[in-house]
Amino acid sequence: MRLTQGAFSFLPDLSDRQITAQIEYCLAQGWAVSIEHTDDPHPRNIYWEMFGPPMFDLCDAAGIMAEVRNCRATFPKQYIKVNAFDATHGWEAMRLSFIVNRPSNEPGFGLAREEGAGRNLRYTNFPYAAGLPHGKRY
Amino acid sequence: MSENLARAEDCERLDLDGLYRESAVAQTIGALDSDLVGLAPVKRRVREIAALLLVEKLRRSIGLQAVAPPLHMSFTGNPGTGKTTVAMRMASILHGLGYVRKGHLVVVTRDDLVGQFIGHTAPKTKEVLKRAMGGVLLIDEAYYLHRPENERDYGQEAIEILLQVMENQRDDLVVIFAGYKDRIDKFFASNPGMASRVTHHIEFPDYTAPELLVIAELMLQQMQYCLSDTARAALEEYIERRMTQPNFANARSVRNALDRARLRQANRLFEARARPLSRLALSTIEDADIRASRVFAAAGGSS
Repeated sequence: MRLTQGAFSFLPDLSDRQITAQIEYCLAQGWAVSIEHTDDPHPRNIYWEMFGPPMFDLCDAAGIMAEVRNCRATFPKQYIKVNAFDATHGWEAMRLSFIVNRPSNEPGFGLAREEGAGRNLRYTNFPYAAGLPHGKRY
Repeated sequence: MSENLARAEDCERLDLDGLYRESAVAQTIGALDSDLVGLAPVKRRVREIAALLLVEKLRRSIGLQAVAPPLHMSFTGNPGTGKTTVAMRMASILHGLGYVRKGHLVVVTRDDLVGQFIGHTAPKTKEVLKRAMGGVLLIDEAYYLHRPENERDYGQEAIEILLQVMENQRDDLVVIFAGYKDRIDKFFASNPGMASRVTHHIEFPDYTAPELLVIAELMLQQMQYCLSDTARAALEEYIERRMTQPNFANARSVRNALDRARLRQANRLFEARARPLSRLALSTIEDADIRASRVFAAAGGSS
């Protein structure tokens, strides 16, 4: 099951040229771009790991693309996303975040049912991949 | 071969001049000629590089093979000969010709590239390189990166990363090494890998005294000051004396001298503040403002 987190995740995977264009847009807005990766697909389980510090004062996407390629080579089977942070007063938040790399096989999420007191039924999602310990997934 | 030639003759006339005028380069090169005094060999070389890139662009437009030539350069010359200024112009020329995508200039020295402890250098150098991508990276006094007396100096690591990026991401940035001629030469001699990747060596000659006077007048014009006739003569004499003294840094020394003259002029006006001032007096540098300099005192004392 395809993970749909962040922008563009319902579209086909972006090509490198499209990623470059998106990053160029972010830099033109004056946002600081950073790269993060994880092997836990659940959106609330953990914070994603940073791949190097955020990159400030860049003028061109080439440097970030080099880091994206570097991260892909290091973690080919993990989720990798590119974030753009807007530091202007009043925003101070991520303005754009999109996935640029995903594992070839995404097993998806299971639905677990728990039967509580008084015939209460409670449901929760769990990622199949998270069954294995960190580092052995995918 | 003959078929190729025949086909070339069939082609319509190609408009190199149009391409030149169309790109922003014509303007930048014009400004380079008019704003910068002297530096004839530098200007010639910049024009050659611009011509090369224009022809490459034209070749590409008609489908001939055109490989972007590596353009890493070294600027050698004494302090104050305009290396940084020309580097800035170079960035906008290369941008105008589409060789670099953004055309900004990042100026760094050893401190910005080399770290303080093991594992600090690589991220630091890479960060600088990333910032310079799409533009021009000027490494001032580049020879300090190489410290032969210390085998474990981190500078070597920075050089290796630089080399790697200069080779692999040639179309992402242009690196310019700047510094004194003899030391840059020694730096390249001890780093053959570097020397073979730097294709353009541009030497900045020292300015002559008349050139420095023209520069001084340009600077004053920009600051909206003018020289009285006697002050001009004094400045001419000042420059000639200053050139023979140690630590002479060409245009930078002239700028410093003018800044000090402005200081003295302000002081002179302030002391005579009871009298009303005219607009002309406020912007004129007098003979005395220049002659009060230490340069004259030293010469007078020794002779």
